[in-house]
Amino acid sequence: MSTPHSRTAAHKLDDLDRRLVRATQGGLPLVPRPYHQLADQLGLSPDEVIGRLRAMLDSGVIRRIGVVPNHYALGYVANGMTVWDVDDARIDALGEAVGRLDCVSHCYRRPRRPPMWPYNLFAMVHGHSREEVEAQAARIAALLGPALRARDILYSSHILKKTGLRLTEAASGER
Amino acid sequence: MSAPARPLDELDRRIINLMQEDFPLAERPFLAFADRLNVSERQLIARIERLLQERTLTRFGPLFNADRMGGVNLLAAMAAPEADYEEIALVVNAQPEVAHNYRREHALNMWFVVAAETPRRAEMACARIEAATGLEVFRFPKEREYFVELKLQA
Repeated sequence: MSTPHSRTAAHKLDDLDRRLVRATQGGLPLVPRPYHQLADQLGLSPDEVIGRLRAMLDSGVIRRIGVVPNHYALGYVANGMTVWDVDDARIDALGEAVGRLDCVSHCYRRPRRPPMWPYNLFAMVHGHSREEVEAQAARIAALLGPALRARDILYSSHILKKTGLRLTEAASGER
Repeated sequence: MSAPARPLDELDRRIINLMQEDFPLAERPFLAFADRLNVSERQLIARIERLLQERTLTRFGPLFNADRMGGVNLLAAMAAPEADYEEIALVVNAQPEVAHNYRREHALNMWFVVAAETPRRAEMACARIEAATGLEVFRFPKEREYFVELKLQA
């Protein structure tokens, strides 16, 4: 699941796929036969619903199917976006290594926005306390070694919105 | 963001730990997990429903990756003056393309993800926010993805 899908071609969704995405982006029906209910809703066969979801999983359009916990409810009250200014010549090798640390949930290279923002490596770290996040950040810093020039940790202090992806009706004709 | 009123019990924890991936594509997909958890299919469904209502779970279902649909997940940030913070958050959250928005402690104090089906739609959402607030939206497009795999232990 950690394969960097971004370097391979996109999965072309057809209209039925898009209807299926819209029908499930808020969640799966909580009934014993959720795919049958979706099939009835969309006028498809259950096998077709399952087959299309399978194809989207295989191509990475669906990362996974499952529950998504609320960090805060599980006691992960310290959610730190650790950001790093890393030597461009070394960032790809080091980014892969940082991503392999088990405390890191997301790891990306992004552009700097000087002078406001000198950082080009972003690694999300989740802990039960800021001390735990700082200990994890220290492991990242040790790994980056002399390629590290500046660093910061931005803690989230409030969730202002969290809905996940929403396909909009208007977008469907625009491809 | 506060702790749930009801403390999590053993079944809640096992559901959260077991069911973060690989929900089956089968006629009765809850059955295999219900067996592993020693509960009935009905009990499992009712418990997931309750965890969602209590906001211990934010979702249950497929997690889509906009990038793989030819779309984009654009990280963006703003330096919102404290006096206008709530009002600016309303403007940002009102855009349907804004999937997450977090307050963070930094001069750039509002960080959000614009999930759109085309780069143009993501750009339009940023431009609407800039027009409505008069503030610059700093765009941080993903240049490389090294790792994405969020699993939390309950």
